[in-house]
Amino acid sequence: MVRLNKAFTVSLSALIPLAVATPVFAEWGLNLPTPVTPIGEGILTLHNWILLICTIIFVGVFGVMFYSLYAHRKSKGHKPSQFSHSTFAEITWTVIPTLILIGMAIPSTAMLIKMEDTSEADLTVKITGYQWKWRYDYLDSGVQFYSNLSTDRNEILNKNEKGENYLLEVDNQVVLPIGKKIRFLITANDVIHSWWVPQLAVKKDAIPGFINEVWTKINEPGIYRGQCTELCGREHGFMPVVVKAVSVEEFDAWVAENAPAEEQAEETQSGVSGGQTLVAVSAISTEDGADDPAPAIR
Amino acid sequence: MATVADDHHDHHDHHPTGLIRWITTTNHKDIGTLYLLFSFAMFLVGGAMAMVIRAELFQPGLQIVDPHFFNQMTTVHALVMVFGAVMPGMVGFANWMIPIMIGAPDMALPRLNNWSFWILPFAATLLLSSFLTAGGGPAAGWTLYAPLTIQGGMGVDLTIFAVHMLGISSVLGAINVIVTIFNMRAPGMDFMKMPLFVWTWLITAFLLIAVMPVFAGAVTMLLTDRHFGTAFFNPAGGGDPVLFQHIFWFFGHPEVYIMILPAFGIISAIIPTFSRKPLFGYTSMVLAVAGIAFLSFIVWAHHMFTVGMPLIGEVYFMYATMLIAVPTGVKVFNWVATMWRGSLTFETPMLFAIGVVVLFTIGGLSGLMLGITPADFQYHDTYFVVAHFHYVLFSGSVMAMMGGVYYWLPKWTGHMYDEKLGKLHFWLTTIFFNITFFPQHFLGLAGMPRRIPDYALQFTEFNVISSLGAFGLGVSQLLMAYIVYKCVKGGEKATDEVWDNPEGLEWTLPSPAPYHTFETPPVIK
Amino acid sequence: MSHAPGSYYLPNPSAWPIVGSIGLFTLLLGFVLFLHDGGTGPWLMVFGAAVTVFMLFGWFGTVARESESGLYNTEVGVSYRISMMWFIFSEVMFFGGFFGALLYIRQLSVPWLADTDLLWPGFTGGWPTAGPEGAVPIGPDTPISNPGQFSTIGAWGLPFWNTLILLTSSVTCTIAHHALKEDKRMKLIIWLAITVALGFIFLVLQGAEYMHAYQDLGLTLGTGVYGSTFFMLTGFHGAHVTIGAIVLLVILVRVLRGHFTPENHFAFEAGAWYWHFVDTVWVGLFIFVYIL
Ligand code: HEA
Ligand code: HEA
Ligand code: CUA
Ligand SMILES: [Cu+2]
Repeated sequence: MVRLNKAFTVSLSALIPLAVATPVFAEWGLNLPTPVTPIGEGILTLHNWILLICTIIFVGVFGVMFYSLYAHRKSKGHKPSQFSHSTFAEITWTVIPTLILIGMAIPSTAMLIKMEDTSEADLTVKITGYQWKWRYDYLDSGVQFYSNLSTDRNEILNKNEKGENYLLEVDNQVVLPIGKKIRFLITANDVIHSWWVPQLAVKKDAIPGFINEVWTKINEPGIYRGQCTELCGREHGFMPVVVKAVSVEEFDAWVAENAPAEEQAEETQSGVSGGQTLVAVSAISTEDGADDPAPAIR
Repeated sequence: MATVADDHHDHHDHHPTGLIRWITTTNHKDIGTLYLLFSFAMFLVGGAMAMVIRAELFQPGLQIVDPHFFNQMTTVHALVMVFGAVMPGMVGFANWMIPIMIGAPDMALPRLNNWSFWILPFAATLLLSSFLTAGGGPAAGWTLYAPLTIQGGMGVDLTIFAVHMLGISSVLGAINVIVTIFNMRAPGMDFMKMPLFVWTWLITAFLLIAVMPVFAGAVTMLLTDRHFGTAFFNPAGGGDPVLFQHIFWFFGHPEVYIMILPAFGIISAIIPTFSRKPLFGYTSMVLAVAGIAFLSFIVWAHHMFTVGMPLIGEVYFMYATMLIAVPTGVKVFNWVATMWRGSLTFETPMLFAIGVVVLFTIGGLSGLMLGITPADFQYHDTYFVVAHFHYVLFSGSVMAMMGGVYYWLPKWTGHMYDEKLGKLHFWLTTIFFNITFFPQHFLGLAGMPRRIPDYALQFTEFNVISSLGAFGLGVSQLLMAYIVYKCVKGGEKATDEVWDNPEGLEWTLPSPAPYHTFETPPVIK
Repeated sequence: MSHAPGSYYLPNPSAWPIVGSIGLFTLLLGFVLFLHDGGTGPWLMVFGAAVTVFMLFGWFGTVARESESGLYNTEVGVSYRISMMWFIFSEVMFFGGFFGALLYIRQLSVPWLADTDLLWPGFTGGWPTAGPEGAVPIGPDTPISNPGQFSTIGAWGLPFWNTLILLTSSVTCTIAHHALKEDKRMKLIIWLAITVALGFIFLVLQGAEYMHAYQDLGLTLGTGVYGSTFFMLTGFHGAHVTIGAIVLLVILVRVLRGHFTPENHFAFEAGAWYWHFVDTVWVGLFIFVYIL
């Protein structure tokens, strides 16, 4: 029944143009998912506004056009007029869109400046993309682990019933504290990946040899799921990201449990930088592509 | 505007017949036909690959193809559609119509023209033969991003060389168009009297010459990185994978306008005819096309907002991208103003033209949303982008070409096509198109990434709808093949004017247009 | 033949294009096979190259014959001129891509890499560089003592002389052009021959420079981004000089056979334009690759 209901809404909304995509419909998966970070909220607001403006423009322009299609039909005996310029009209429809665009550009720029400000972070996590898993290094405490897809292969091959979080579940979740400014340093070890959690509104490419910085501050505890969003080979569709946001106390407890012993931490920390060997200078060329990806570390 | 008809074809005797005629021809109409046929064939091939994609995505889980093969399908689907269907299709229109529209006897360099075409089937063979190699076809997306392409097998090298050949073909073809327009206009055919289609192609040709060589350079660097030890895209050697993206998109963004500008030209020919009114704002149309072309060179990095550009770069590319909405808006408004208070009829070409204006604008507006950097962080590499570019590419370029085919088919073949079936084709295409691609907006917003063979359960419903739409869309295209075939074979005789008092030199010629036209230039009033 | 006096010459059907396509296709397919150790690769390449060269001779031969027999009116000449100009523009853009890459690497990506201490501790960037894991640069024109080093080619040695040679050849080419316009055959032949000779001298010197780089300086195509940009830019330029020199050589042969008139010598002009273009690119190279 729920499914039917959903199907109905879905087909209905497919008929109604972009206008319907207001936050109300978020549960139905028609709009951006409910954000849990200040940046995410900002983006959602921005998105809703530009969507609304675009919808109004669309309805306005094509309202006029469809009126014309209806009223100026030959079958109704409409005689064509022969005008072909109007300086006034042409200037108007150059200037007004320009003004609208300026109106959109201002909040967007403000938003961007906020997003790019990674200063004064409370916590730094280094994220490394591999074919096809993620590695997380908590640079402050030395916690480090890999995170792999944990969905059973048989579910993918349609042999078993698919679970609720099909393709969006991992063996080791990234645990993060709420209310803290967290800085991510994102890189990759073989090809380009992209780390994305929709509800955090964080998406940044993981580029081998370079480090991208981005930050987030999560409002409320919960489990937030995302995926790799840059084509990275055969298993690109199968390297999810799962963030578990917890209270600061829980986070500290988790760190304490998982951090390596003191001297070991030192070692791993330096090991993180030194051990990062990248794609070697020599060309990589494997005969049969993704079947046998070139070894990442040479 | 002009009067002259000529049908003296005496001294063109010893022309070969059969296959040899088509292989050796230097006639712009023959070559135009070849281009159009090739384009349609490639459309079916690329479409068939899209069917594989949609079939796999019909349900969650891996059903019919292996993920690696899925990636090959996505990659080659796009390459075939872009370089095999849309670009050659547009060149086909250029070949057929430009000489006629400007009153020239042929293209300026007919032998070269033949070569521009005959490179294509070989390039396509090279590209498609990659499926026969051990590692299969290229699987890194049509954008061929390094370092993923560095990993691929022999198929990537075949793709690289196919791109080289396609580049040669495009550049030579574009040179021919430019020379023809500069040098072959009938006396009195001033630049500002040329039909808009000719203008759009002149500017497109310029774009092609400017960016195809850059693309060739980019894939050459890929080749040497793969095989000869260079380090352009390898950080360990001081290079940068993102460099590839910059070069690719310096080509890639103008490329999308290469695909849409001639479509704008076709629309600008169709709408006045069926509105029985001159095109509104001719001068501003020309300026808008030039403006779009200029801007297309300075916005490329809007495809790369997530690579971690410095803030200043993100802001600049956002502003530049948004600006494109202004000249494009001018075009849309001018089309609407052309219809305004006209005397409208809705034959198949007009239906397609109206469809294009409306649906392209949906794609344009979603493009504008993508151009807003902070929002693009959410949209990037999701199905929202896929929806965007199919709205501009399919319901922009491809549907414009379909409209163009119906519009000029009577002139080309001398027969009217079946109007009932034509209208049916339009409605099926439009409806199924929207069923296929509109839900992809929602998928993208809800968080479904592109280029994945399998997806989380919350995306199921929309994917089912989209796939069903796609199958319908595919089947509907076979109808077009049938309509064109039927029209070539026979049908009601077309008059010389075909439509109700249309503008343009092509309508002063008999239908079908004789093999050689305007050997003595027409008089332009 | 659809040709009436005063009207635009439209050639008859021609088989050269399809020959060209087959040649190109075989050449490239052969190359791919060669890259993947396919035994037939080199043979296909040789065959494809031969077919392509055959096509070029056949096609241009036809054009030359048509031109010499007066089939072309002024309009056709204008068409050829415009197309040559746009062809050269496309070549400019091709080089533009590589120059852009050089600029990007030097101005942006190398400094960024140098800043990325977390991944590349100790890498300080600068130019020349072969990247964090590549060979270490030592001063220009210094023969290296161990394989972990490389040295660059200084601007003011051989490259400087090569610059002079190419610039001079541009001048001699122009002198030859004037001679042709004044119908001074002997002068034309001499100066054109000198131009071609300078072109080949340039190539020989460039070859010597490459040998020196590979043998003594440890500078190869694989020497990180420095080697990549250096050899790709100079290499593609060298390839273009080769083509230009061959074109001028062919034109010299045609001059010796009595082709061209003071009014009508498009092929010569096209060759000359191409030559000037190649020289201009070199000046860009000299500045951005060698001096800076
Ligand atoms: C024909 C092809 C075509 C065309 C015409 C366009 C047109 C536009 N495109 Fe699109 N685009 C593609 C093909 C095309 N695109 C493709 C293939 C991709 C994906 C490539 C890949 O990654 O594989 C892509 C991706 C793409 C991206 C990257 C998305 C991402 O990966 O994150 C962006 C971002 O800015 C973008 C923007 C735009 C804009 C601003 C326009 C503008 O030109 C649109 C202008 C038109 C309008 C705005 C509508 C009409 C105007 C009015 C009615 C006036 C009033 C309007 C206002 C004042 C708002 N496009
Ligand atoms: C002009 C360009 C163009 C055109 C016309 C199309 C047309 C279509 N595209 Fe296209 N598509 C792209 C350009 C284009 N696409 C690009 C650039 C990409 C990005 C690739 C990348 O990510 O790298 C892409 C990616 C892309 C995706 C995303 C894949 C992914 O991310 O993994 C999807 C998914 O639905 C899709 C679907 C379709 C469909 C259903 C059509 C339909 O409109 C097709 C309809 C036509 C037919 C179906 C032909 C009809 C014929 C038959 C049915 C008969 C069968 C024939 C034989 C057996 C001979 N395309
Ligand atoms: Cu990792 Cu896609
Ligand atoms: Cu773009």
